[in-house]
Amino acid sequence: MRPSASMRETYGRTLAELGEEHPEIVVLDADLSTSTHTSLFARKFPERFFNVGVAEANLMGVAAGLASCGKLPFVSTFSVFATEKGLSQFKQSIAYPNLNVKVVVTHGGLSVGEDGASHFCLWDLAVMRSLPRTTVIVPADAVETEEAVRALVDHRGPAFLRLPRAKTGLVYGEGYTYRGEKLEFRIGESVVLEEGEDATVLAIGPLVVEALEASEALRKEGLRVGVIDVHTLKPLDERTILREASRTGCLVTAEDHSIIGGLGGAVAELLAERRPTPMKRVGVRDEFGKSGPWRELYEAYGLTSRHIQQAVREVREMVR
Amino acid sequence: MVIFDRKAEPHTPSLLRELAEKARIIRRDSLIMTTEAGSGHPGGSLSCADILSVLYFHHLRYDPSNPRWEGRDRFILSKGHACPALYSALSLAGFFPREWLRTLRKFGSPLQGHPDSTSTPGVEASTGSLGQGLSIGCGMALAARLDGRDYRVYVLMGDGEMDEGQVWEAAMFAAHQRLDNLVGIVDRNRIQLDGFTEEIVGLEPLAEKWRSFGWNVLEVDGHDLLQVAEALDEAERIKGKPTLILARTVKGKGVSFMENQVKYHGTPLTREELERALKELEG
Repeated sequence: MRPSASMRETYGRTLAELGEEHPEIVVLDADLSTSTHTSLFARKFPERFFNVGVAEANLMGVAAGLASCGKLPFVSTFSVFATEKGLSQFKQSIAYPNLNVKVVVTHGGLSVGEDGASHFCLWDLAVMRSLPRTTVIVPADAVETEEAVRALVDHRGPAFLRLPRAKTGLVYGEGYTYRGEKLEFRIGESVVLEEGEDATVLAIGPLVVEALEASEALRKEGLRVGVIDVHTLKPLDERTILREASRTGCLVTAEDHSIIGGLGGAVAELLAERRPTPMKRVGVRDEFGKSGPWRELYEAYGLTSRHIQQAVREVREMVR
Repeated sequence: MVIFDRKAEPHTPSLLRELAEKARIIRRDSLIMTTEAGSGHPGGSLSCADILSVLYFHHLRYDPSNPRWEGRDRFILSKGHACPALYSALSLAGFFPREWLRTLRKFGSPLQGHPDSTSTPGVEASTGSLGQGLSIGCGMALAARLDGRDYRVYVLMGDGEMDEGQVWEAAMFAAHQRLDNLVGIVDRNRIQLDGFTEEIVGLEPLAEKWRSFGWNVLEVDGHDLLQVAEALDEAERIKGKPTLILARTVKGKGVSFMENQVKYHGTPLTREELERALKELEG
């Protein structure tokens, strides 16, 4: 078993560290700071932390006002509340005026588990990626979360970063390394984890680990399957994706999100216009989801390594 | 630096005459602009013209040659559909050429159909989807406090806008944070797009609502320049809580056939109506 770690804990810790060197950082939460772990920042910098209460519309608006006066607001709550209750405000008060607000949400996807359908957000990526001027990032693990949060401090403009609730498996080693090699996190540039010949899996969030396991398992069947961590959903790394489409001739996308409009949707749009390529989408198939332990939900809704393996076999059939 | 800072000036009859004249031009511009554009919201532009006149030509501190000057007071037009009046005031204050007014709502114009902070100098917040301005004002007021700056933040809201839950989220938050550098102004003209506010979702007792949310509330006649100016001064003296100025106004104020008419919330005047209206405003 791989070691696992909590991305949201890493987020809170990183934010608290960044607060030291960046006095312009302010943090806002909507009564979930102990879940999003912005409480770590609040404890250290109480005067720069604002809890607006259970009020997501106001959350976004207050952040907009702070940003327009030169502050760098990090706004956090669960994805379901940020995107479903604060969307109009994010669009009108933050994205349209191009303000430097970072919305970092937790509890994205089915990883919320037992809380069930009211708390699942399986369409946030579809929604946020359709907004102009908005950068959308989904880190693969806790190590990459730290890199992404640090990168957002230097990035100008509206951004949305999505984390799961559950502790999930680690892809990267300490200091953002993979197989001992030091990497550099760049917004808009995906990470090639495994080179493939027979198919490529493009994955985001906790599904990157599943994709790596699928690649390993398929090797036993004699297949060389590439794995790419597409941590930035927007701007999409078109160059790498088109190159892989040419090289391996078939692709699988994998995400803890609806197959409509997220990574699968983004890749399908790109390929259809630029290089039609057989592909399969692993994700939640237009359903709301039910309560349960998140691993069981990943099984039930088809988000595990096993499902990715099956998708690779199917997409291989399509190109034969 | 050409900082405009006149709030310390006494409210003399000559000042009030000057402000009345500016309000008259704001009304005139708003009607011409919307008729020229063939769409827009003349009624609510006229109801807030006097308030804008006092703010921009007496009370606010700003530098039109440097719209982003850090020490400026911030004004947010939360009722963004009244932007013709705001654009007129900004042009009169010197933020941009008067000729721009004729381009309102046309493709490529810096004057969008609703305020856009990225295209119009002097516009502090992008508004138009109602209910969002006060939250932005809260953020600006917090930033002033964090930076130890003495600028103040003013948010002009419509009364129809009071239907939005976000207004009350922001109202609670501002009181909790004791934002005494924040002033909300409600343009209480009693009409929203579909009809009279009290017939759609009754707002009264509106002053009591704001008071119960922890605000200092001042009630004024929104067309009495002296009352508006004095209320703005009074708001600066209140410590520990935000102030809400409830300004009783008349939709379509200044043009007899427009006053209190629901129709002119979102319908511009025809050319003939415009001529009649302009004659009245000259008189």
